[in-house]
Amino acid sequence: MAFGSGLVKGLGVTFKEITKTVTKGAETVQYPHQKEDPAPRARGVIALHEGNCTSCMLCVRECPDWCIYIEGHKELAPPRRAGGKPRQVNKLDRFDIDYGLCMYCGICVEVCPFEALFWSPEYEYSEPRIADLLHDKTRLSQWMETVPDFETYEAGSEAKVLKVPR
Amino acid sequence: MITSFLALEPAYWQSTIFKLLMAFVAVLLPAGGTVYLYLFKMVSFMQSRLGPMEAGPYGSLQLVAELGKNLQKEDLIPAKADRFVYAAAPYVVLVSTFLLVLVIPFGPDATFADLDTGVFFALAVTSVSVIGILMAGWASASKYSLLGGLRAAGQLIAYELPLVLAVVGVVIQAGTLNLQGIVSAQIDGQIFGWGGIGNPFILTQFIGFFIFMVAVQAELTQTPFDMPIAESELVAGYMTEYSGFRFLMFFIGEFATANIFAFLASVLFLGGWSIPPFIADALFADGNYSNIMNFVGPLIMGGKMLVLTFIIYWVRFTYPRFREDQLQKFAWKFLIPLALVNIAVTGLLKVVFE
Amino acid sequence: MSATAAGPGSPIANDSAADHPMIDRRQLAYIAAQAADARVNVELEAEGMTLNIGPQHPATHGTLRIVARLDGEQVVDADPIMGYMHRGYEKLAEVRTYPQVTALVNRIDWLGSFANEVPFILAAEQLMGVEAPPRAQWIRTILFEMARVANITLFLGDMAVQLGAVSPVFYAFRDREHVLNQIEAATGGRFHPNFDRIGGIKDDLPAGWIAETRRSIGKIRDFTQEMEDLIIGNEIFQTRTRGIGVIPADIGLSYGMTGANIRASGVDWDLRRDTPPGQSSGLAYDQIDWKVWTHPDGDSYARYWVRLQEVREACHIIDQLLDGLPGGPIMAKVPRIIKVPAGEAYVATENPLGVMGYYVISEGGLEPFRVKIRSASFSNMSISPWLLKGTYVPDVVTILASLYFILGDIDR
Repeated sequence: MAFGSGLVKGLGVTFKEITKTVTKGAETVQYPHQKEDPAPRARGVIALHEGNCTSCMLCVRECPDWCIYIEGHKELAPPRRAGGKPRQVNKLDRFDIDYGLCMYCGICVEVCPFEALFWSPEYEYSEPRIADLLHDKTRLSQWMETVPDFETYEAGSEAKVLKVPR
Repeated sequence: MITSFLALEPAYWQSTIFKLLMAFVAVLLPAGGTVYLYLFKMVSFMQSRLGPMEAGPYGSLQLVAELGKNLQKEDLIPAKADRFVYAAAPYVVLVSTFLLVLVIPFGPDATFADLDTGVFFALAVTSVSVIGILMAGWASASKYSLLGGLRAAGQLIAYELPLVLAVVGVVIQAGTLNLQGIVSAQIDGQIFGWGGIGNPFILTQFIGFFIFMVAVQAELTQTPFDMPIAESELVAGYMTEYSGFRFLMFFIGEFATANIFAFLASVLFLGGWSIPPFIADALFADGNYSNIMNFVGPLIMGGKMLVLTFIIYWVRFTYPRFREDQLQKFAWKFLIPLALVNIAVTGLLKVVFE
Repeated sequence: MSATAAGPGSPIANDSAADHPMIDRRQLAYIAAQAADARVNVELEAEGMTLNIGPQHPATHGTLRIVARLDGEQVVDADPIMGYMHRGYEKLAEVRTYPQVTALVNRIDWLGSFANEVPFILAAEQLMGVEAPPRAQWIRTILFEMARVANITLFLGDMAVQLGAVSPVFYAFRDREHVLNQIEAATGGRFHPNFDRIGGIKDDLPAGWIAETRRSIGKIRDFTQEMEDLIIGNEIFQTRTRGIGVIPADIGLSYGMTGANIRASGVDWDLRRDTPPGQSSGLAYDQIDWKVWTHPDGDSYARYWVRLQEVREACHIIDQLLDGLPGGPIMAKVPRIIKVPAGEAYVATENPLGVMGYYVISEGGLEPFRVKIRSASFSNMSISPWLLKGTYVPDVVTILASLYFILGDIDR
């Protein structure tokens, strides 16, 4: 009976899977009791380093969804050394990212010329209310603690490892 | 059974109520157990996952959760449905399961009804479920359900014949249609003169066993014969419009019927409630055999049933499904001729070796 | 049906047409509409049953609707109705800058997302006249092939589940996780990498990525062996797929079919190898040794078989690419704000689903003037009315599963 060998082999594959799961455990992770760690580069949430932001509005312009809202004002800061002119600095009043709109594309992080935005692999920030998905300046700065250091590169790479301002 | 062990004389109505309760236990308890073991755990392990783990330790109370979930659902009846037929269909399917369990012997005296034409009765009442499925398909007033119901009817009727013919070989070998008699024939039988394990008919009737298991798979509309409820095509076939408690009836009916067929197969081919005589002779030196086996028999039947249902579900979760015409071709052009050959050879050998 | 056939109590029962011409015209229009409707209903119900497969259906990969007229269990006529998932990519691309379009375009074929970015970026590079450095090209190719693996492993499990075998799709998802984890480790996104840039790629590979990717690819190889044992050799699968949905090569080509579908009909054509002259090949296929798989039969079994071999070949390609990865920069010298010079370019590549092409017209601005997306699944689906005629309803599912379209790719 030629009609048989493939069927038996198929049964063997599934039986092997049963024994593998019984002896070595399943491939799944019992969330929320166990959690997997995402990769360090995983795009979980965007963190803001307020000190570097100059409200240049590049991230606002480049976002495909326009989910970043920035308001700032110019102030006169004291001169750097005695006898100099007071210099104009931009101070942030408002820096909101609406994670209900965010596509997690990373364009804002990439275009920022002053390295004020960083990716963090945190992903557990879902809210019952959509309005709470708007992260304000304070919350975005809190995410900075979860930003991992940049990884070293593979051999043969000419890229330089950047540092995360803490 | 109760008479001899407890030295009681129950009235007819008392023993009837007892049998009624036992029938529910015999149908529903194994159904619940096998749902947990096979549908929740075995299929999950086959797919590298653990299955339900939250409800109770290791997900053992998941069935209770499912029960509660289905009970609290809205009772939907499609507007154009034939209300009485729609409501009655699940119960018709369940009726055939309960009728089937009536003739299964669970011990030397532990039967519900010891019919002389036990096998004939059992095979006849399996056809009652076909009516239930047709009722469900038609009364749902939906094209998908109708397609599913018609496919199911054609399939079930086609596979009745291999089911019956596979058993004929066993009947020839046992010489009786009485299921208790078939078990006795296996206990008292001998293989080439050695009566150590009796003569379980699976050894000589292996072709009949194969055909029986294939036909059972088709009778339960399980993959590879699950065209009627082809999930990826017709959503759920004749069961599409059912929700809540009515769907639960179909669901439990399906699993209960699988168990009852496995009981039947273990009676016909594996020796039923008996343990191999050489072990029995060692354990029961005195005449307490009958009384002990009346309590141990159901457990042994349960064990054999678990083995057979493992095979049924193992095949179910591994193979793709046949198309309806290929299914019919397989039944009519392959299984039935094979079963007829089996009957002829069995009859010949019975005459030769008697 | 005359205009005066109104019951007692009807507002027009005792009125004549002359007194209320407006009502009469409205009544006439209503009756005409009813009659037209009745004619349509009669047409549809003439031969047997009309079955709507979809838009919500487990068998269609998304919101595809096929209106099938059945005669018993045979399909007399099948009419696919696409557009339930149209998201307006080509219109969106007119008002988005090139990096933004790259981010959006990931979502067309969402299972092999990186593959969507590649032809677009190659077209923009062609317009700008830049070429990515070798390391960037090789990494681009690696991710391209990983997108192919991610996409087609899902197909291998998914076609099995359309046919009734419930276990293989779990193996597909389980082993695909390893590939997705690697894509995430390099790009940051499992499903939408958004990694390709005009002139190169966004960032270099993290340390340890190559070794871990080799391990993941090994697991995919084991998976293909499992699928071969469990599905290809399975007699029931063969009975369900051999001889079903045969597409002759010339008819397939005339319908614009591409990819594994046409290679399963015996046509030896693969854009990775047969890049049209004049198109910048920003990928590294010409520097490694690999093979194009074809099958002469053209039925559903052949399509499954060809894709299984393509996954194996992709593993082979990735291994070679990882071995020979050159060092160097990952980005050519391009300005920070990219303004693509005016011109038009059409670049097509061999994506997991078929040939995907982008026709980019630029007028020298930050944003493209027009982007026309030639998606593989749209052309692959165009054969379905011809193909589904005369098949049984269960075979419809087999054929649709074997053609392997993604709704995002059809509708864009």
